[in-house]
Amino acid sequence: MTQQDAHTPRMGFFTDTSVCIGCKACEVACKEWNAVPTKGMDLLGTSYDNTGGLGADTWRHVAFVEQPVPVPDAAGSAQGADGMRWLMASDVCKHCTHAACLDVCPTGALFRTEYGTVVVQEDVCNGCGYCVPACPYGVIERRESDGRAFKCTLCYDRLGEGLEPACAKACPTDSIQFGELDELRERADLRLANLLDAGESDARLYGRDPDDGVGGDGAFFLLLDEPEVYGLPPDPVVTTRDLPSMWKHAGVAALTVAAGVAASFLGRRS
Amino acid sequence: MGVRQWIDSWPVYRQLTGSDRLARGAAAQSGPTRRLHARTSDADQVVRSICPYCAVGCGQKVYVQDGRVTQIEGDDDSPISRGRLCPKGSASKELVTSPNRVHEVLYRRPYGTEWERLPLDQAMDMIADRVIATRRETWEDEDEQGRRVRRTMGIASLGGATLDNEENYLMKKLYTALGAIQVENQARI
Amino acid sequence: MAECHPVGFQWVMEAKARGATVIHVDPRFTRTSALADRHVPIRAGADIAFLGGLINHVLTGGLDFREYVVAYTNAGAVLREDFVDTEDLDGLFSGYDPDGRHYDTTSWQYEDAQAAPAAGDRDQWSQEDTESHGAESIKASAGGQRYGSGGAALANKPQIDETLQHPRCVYQVLKRHFARYTPELVEQVCGVPVADFLAVADAITRNSGRDRTTAWVYSVGWTQHTVGVQYIRCASILQTLLGNIGRPGGGILALRGHASIQGSTDIPTLFDLLPGYIPMPQAHQHEDLDAFVAADSGQTGFWGNMRSYAVSLLKAYWGDAATRQNDFCFDYLPRITGDHGTYQTVVDQIAGKVKGYFLTGENPAVGSANGRMQRLGMANLDWLVVRDLTLVESATFWRNAPEIETGELSTDRIGTEVFFLPAAAHTEKSGSFTNTQRLLQWHRKATEPAGDARSDLWFYFHLGRIVRDKLAGSTDERDRPVLDLAWDYPTEGALAEPSADAVLAEISGRDAAGRPLDAYTQLRDDGSTACGCWIYCGVYADGVNQADRRKSRTEQSWVAPEWGWAWPANRRIIYNRASADPDGNPWSERKRYVWWDAGQGRWLGADVPDFEPTKPPDYLPPEGATAQDALSGTDPFIMQTDGKAWLFAPAGLADGPFPAHYEPVESPVDNLVYGQRTNPVRESFPEPANRYHPFGTDVFPYVFTTYRLTEHHTAGGMSRALARLSELQPGMFCEVSPALAEERGLRHMEWATVVTARAAIEARVFVTERLRPLRIGDRVVHQVGLPYHWGVDGITTGDSANDLLAAVLDPNVHIQESKAATCDIRPGRRPRGPDLRALVASYRRRGRVDDEDRPEE
Repeated sequence: MTQQDAHTPRMGFFTDTSVCIGCKACEVACKEWNAVPTKGMDLLGTSYDNTGGLGADTWRHVAFVEQPVPVPDAAGSAQGADGMRWLMASDVCKHCTHAACLDVCPTGALFRTEYGTVVVQEDVCNGCGYCVPACPYGVIERRESDGRAFKCTLCYDRLGEGLEPACAKACPTDSIQFGELDELRERADLRLANLLDAGESDARLYGRDPDDGVGGDGAFFLLLDEPEVYGLPPDPVVTTRDLPSMWKHAGVAALTVAAGVAASFLGRRS
Repeated sequence: MGVRQWIDSWPVYRQLTGSDRLARGAAAQSGPTRRLHARTSDADQVVRSICPYCAVGCGQKVYVQDGRVTQIEGDDDSPISRGRLCPKGSASKELVTSPNRVHEVLYRRPYGTEWERLPLDQAMDMIADRVIATRRETWEDEDEQGRRVRRTMGIASLGGATLDNEENYLMKKLYTALGAIQVENQARI
Repeated sequence: MAECHPVGFQWVMEAKARGATVIHVDPRFTRTSALADRHVPIRAGADIAFLGGLINHVLTGGLDFREYVVAYTNAGAVLREDFVDTEDLDGLFSGYDPDGRHYDTTSWQYEDAQAAPAAGDRDQWSQEDTESHGAESIKASAGGQRYGSGGAALANKPQIDETLQHPRCVYQVLKRHFARYTPELVEQVCGVPVADFLAVADAITRNSGRDRTTAWVYSVGWTQHTVGVQYIRCASILQTLLGNIGRPGGGILALRGHASIQGSTDIPTLFDLLPGYIPMPQAHQHEDLDAFVAADSGQTGFWGNMRSYAVSLLKAYWGDAATRQNDFCFDYLPRITGDHGTYQTVVDQIAGKVKGYFLTGENPAVGSANGRMQRLGMANLDWLVVRDLTLVESATFWRNAPEIETGELSTDRIGTEVFFLPAAAHTEKSGSFTNTQRLLQWHRKATEPAGDARSDLWFYFHLGRIVRDKLAGSTDERDRPVLDLAWDYPTEGALAEPSADAVLAEISGRDAAGRPLDAYTQLRDDGSTACGCWIYCGVYADGVNQADRRKSRTEQSWVAPEWGWAWPANRRIIYNRASADPDGNPWSERKRYVWWDAGQGRWLGADVPDFEPTKPPDYLPPEGATAQDALSGTDPFIMQTDGKAWLFAPAGLADGPFPAHYEPVESPVDNLVYGQRTNPVRESFPEPANRYHPFGTDVFPYVFTTYRLTEHHTAGGMSRALARLSELQPGMFCEVSPALAEERGLRHMEWATVVTARAAIEARVFVTERLRPLRIGDRVVHQVGLPYHWGVDGITTGDSANDLLAAVLDPNVHIQESKAATCDIRPGRRPRGPDLRALVASYRRRGRVDDEDRPEE
C-alpha cells in the first residue's frame, strides 16, 4: 500500500520487551524532545505505571504487569511454588501500514512520511477528532487544552538529520530499536527464535506480520505473553478497510468535508 | 503569500488535485512540516558533559543556542553509556532549565516568618563575618586533656555527592585551614 | 541495578545475552529481579549469613581457586595463639571489653608479625586514648576508616604455611569460622530455601576459576547496616577464595548513587580523611609529622611512601609557607578526637554545641536517617547556609517542617538565621566527577549560571578570599593557617569564576619548578613536590586535563583507556597483577588481561598494569627493603603491607577480623547463629529524639527497608522539582505482601500509617506479590518496602520514610543502618497536629522504648 520514495526505506521501531527494565527513559526522552506537556500527578496503583496509556500527552507508555508464575527449582523444573514475573513493555504508535487515522483525516494533517511513518502536522490539524475513534489501538488523542490531535511522530524532525528517535536513543538496554523495518523484522525473528529455544514458549512478535489486520506495523513488538496482557488488542483491524474505494467515488462528499475544514484551516493561519 | 500559493499549501487541496490522493509522501506536507528539522542542528555549540545523577557517569551532549540549553542527550562516544540515558539523565534539560530553580539569594532572619531578598555580595560578606565570629567564639587550642587540637567545633558542613572534585578540594582545604573538622558528605550516608 | 543504575545495567543485559547467569538477591522483587535469571528473596539484614553460607560451601567442597589462594592471599598466614574466634565466644572475638563495648585487637595479629606500630603508637589503639578518653572514644574514633584503602600497617610479612594445613593458619581458622553457616542455617536465618541457596552456590562456583569469573555488584543495601563493612568483607573473602579479584569480569563492584560520591571520598569532605585516604591526624600530646606517618603507615607496600604523599599535600595546601623547618605546616592541621561524623554533629546541634552549618547540595531533612532529629538540629543553630538548585526541605524547615504542624516547633521561635544561595547546575560550571569505577570525567561549562546562581567552587573560593581579607594583618596565631593558605587561583569571566582547571592541576601535582607531575611515584617527602591528592597524581600530566579526554569508544580498545582518567595511574582494574598467574602468564587465554613479557622485561596488557612495570615475577625483596621494594613479584595487592589479599584482617577493623552474622539493631528475630545478638561495638546515640526499639517487643513486629525508585533521585531535590520525573512517580507509597495486607487490614491504594519510636508517616498502600513473607526460624517475617524520596517541598510531596529510622552506625565507617529496622503498619492516614506525636508516644509506651541502647536484652 505504501508509496514511499524508492530511495528511502521504511523505518520503524522494534520494541523487544524481553529486555525492557521499565525505567521510562523513553517516556521522558520523548517528552523532552517533543515538548509534550505534563500529563498530571496521578498515582494510579497499577504497579509502577503512573502514565496509564498512550494519549495526546503520552506518546510512549511503559506498561507494568505483575504476574504470579511457578518458580523453577534448582533442577530447572517448575515446582509450583509461588514466584512472579514482572512484564514491562514500552508501547507507542504502531505507524500502521494501513493507517485508519490517516485515511479519515479530512484536513491532510495526518500524512505518511517518506520513511513510511504516520505523522500529524500540528499546523494543519483542526481538531476534528475523526482520527481518534479510527485508530484500532486507541493511540491518537486530542489534547484537551488545545483541541488538536497528537501522537508519536517517530521524531520525524530527527530522522531528517540522520538521528534516531529520542526514545530509542535513550533506551538503556536497547529494548527500543530503531531502524529499517526489513532489518528490524529479521532481527526480531532471530531474537524470537532464541527466546523460544531458551524456553520462553509464550514469546511472540506482535505487529510484525504484513498480512495482519493493519498490514503490519511500522512499530512492532516482541512480547512474552498474550497481547491482551499488555493492554494491546489481540487482532487489530484497520477501521477504514473499505475507505480507499469509497474515497474514489465520494469526491463530492469529501469536498464538502474539506470546505468545512477550510474555515478552520484559515482560522488557524493567524 | 499569494492566494494561489496559499491554496496550494493546503494539504487537502493538494491531495485532491495532485497525484498523491492518499496523503502519502511529500504532497501532504505543510510548509512548517517541510521546514521541520532537529533543533539540535541549530545549536551554536555542543558541549560535552557528564550526567549529574548517579555514579555510572553517562556521557551527555549539551546543545546550546543563544546561551540557552536546548537539548541534553546521550553521548554516543562514551564507552560507559554508549549514548544512552535513564529517565533522570533524560530529564537533565529540565533540571537545568526548570522554572522551579531559584536564582536569587534568599535570607531568613532569626525568628523571621518570610524570606527576604539579599544581594549576593552582602550575603557573602555576612556569611564570612559569621564564620569568623563563630570560629573565634568556639575556638579550641587544646582539648580537655591538654592535647593540641587547634580547631572549632562550632562550624559544621554536609555536602552532597554531586560536588565536583575541585569543589570538594577547595572545601576541605578552606575548612581545614579554618580548623573546622565536622566536614561531611553524602558519602558517609 | 536496573532500578538505580539503569544505563550501567545495559552491560548486565549484554552479558546475559552472551550467556551469563544473572542472579538477584534482594528482599524485594524489583526491576532488576524482573530481568534476572533468578531472584532470591532474602530477609533484610541477613546477608552475612547468606554470603557466609557461600564461603562455607566453597571451603567444604574444596572449590576455592587454590593456586590463586595460596599465592595471592594470606590464607597461609599463621595467627597468634591467643586469638579466639566467635566459635568459642558465642559470637564475640577475643579482646572484647564489655564495659567500653570495644575490641582490643592485639590478639588478631599474625603470630610472627610485630605489632608495631600498632600497639603503642598507632592511633586507633593508642594507650593514651584508651586511658584518658575511656573506651567510648576508641569505638567512636575514626581509626577504621584510615585503613579503608591502604590496608593497615604490619611491620613485616607473616609466617606462611603454603600447605594451608597449620591449625592456626588463616585458611583453617576461616574454615572453622564459617563451618556453621550451612545451607540449613542460611534457610533459617535468611528465609532462602536450601535448594535456592544451593543453586546460587553452584552457579557462582561453576563460573569461577581459570577460565571464568563471577562479579558481585552491591549498593547501599550492603553498606547501610551496623555491620555494613563486614558485609563487604564477606563478599571480599568469597571473591578472593574464588580468584575473582583483579581479573576482568570479576570484582566486587560498589554501585555508588551520586555522580561524584567516589570523588567525595577520594578528595574527601569527610571528617576523618585528608585527600587520598591520608587520615586526619588525631590529637596527641606531642606529635610531629614523622610520628604521624610512623603511627599510620606501614613500612611496606605503597603506603610506605606516605610521608611523600602527606608532605606533597601540605605543600599544596600551604605552598611556600610549608617548609622543612616548620614541619611543612603539619601543625596547622586541626586534630580529631573521636567521631565527628554527620550524626554526631546533629546530636551536638541539638545539644547547642554547633552554631553554624553549611549544606551544599545536600538535604538531610529528607535524606538522612531520623529526619526529625535532623530538623530539630537545624532549628537549634545560630546560622545555616543552604546551597542548592531549588528550595529543598533543609532550606524551608523553619516554615514547613512536619514539627511545625505537630506544634513541636514554631516558626517565630526558631532562631536559626538561614541563607539560601542558589547553586549552578552541572552545565553551568566546569569540573570533574569521579564515577563509581574510579573514572574521572570532566564536564564542561555550557552556559553561564543566571542571576545569583554560582558554582560551589565560586562560593568556597570567594568565601575564603573574603575571610582572608577580613583577617589580613591579624597577629593571632590561630589565623596563620588561613592567611598562609595557597589561595591564589586564577578567575575567569564576569562572575570571577575560579578556574577549575587550575584546581585540578593543583590536585594532580607539580614539581618545584612548577612542571606537572606524571605519576605519584614522582612524589617526594622533601617539599620539592606539591600534590593535592596523591592518588589523582597524573590527572593533569603533561599539562593536559586527562579527565577531559573524549576519544570515542569506537576508536580504541574495549578497555577505553583514553576516555577520561581513572585513579590511580589510569588503571581501569586495580590489583590487575592478579589477572596473571605467579609466573606472570594469564590464568587463561579467555581471561587474559595483564601479563609479564620476559622478552621486553615488562608487564603488558590491555590495561595499565597495577604493578611496577619492570618488576619481574621472580623478584624477591632484599632484607630490610621498604615500601614497594619490600613486595615480591607475586604480591599483587600492592597497597597492603604484605602484598596479599586479606581473608583474615589482622588490623584495621573495629568489629572483628572476620565477618559474623549479627542481627540488625531492630529485628523481630533473635540471632540464630550466635548468642551475641547484634554487633557489640556498633555506634549508637541513645538520645530522646533517637529512641531504639528494644528486642522482644511485639509492638513493632515488621521489618521495613528503604530504597530508591528509578524515577527519583535520593532526597528528591533533583527529581521532585521536575515535572517529567514527578509525574512518573507522583506519590509516596509503601509496598506490602497480600499476606501482610490481610493480617493488618490494608487495602491496595488506600492509606496506611507506618509507625516507629521515631515517627509515624503515611503512604498509599501497594499490595503486591513482589514482597513476600519469609519463614525465619519458627516464625513468618513480613517486610514493608518504603521508597524514601518524599518530603514537603517540590511538585510531588509526601511523608519521608527516613523519618522512621533511628541513627545507629557501623563502627568502622559511621554509616547508619537504614536498610533494616522494625515498624508497625496500620490502615488509614496518620493523625494531624499534636495527635501525631501522641500516637508515637503511645507506641513508645507500649513498646517499652526508653533512652537506652541496650546491647543484649
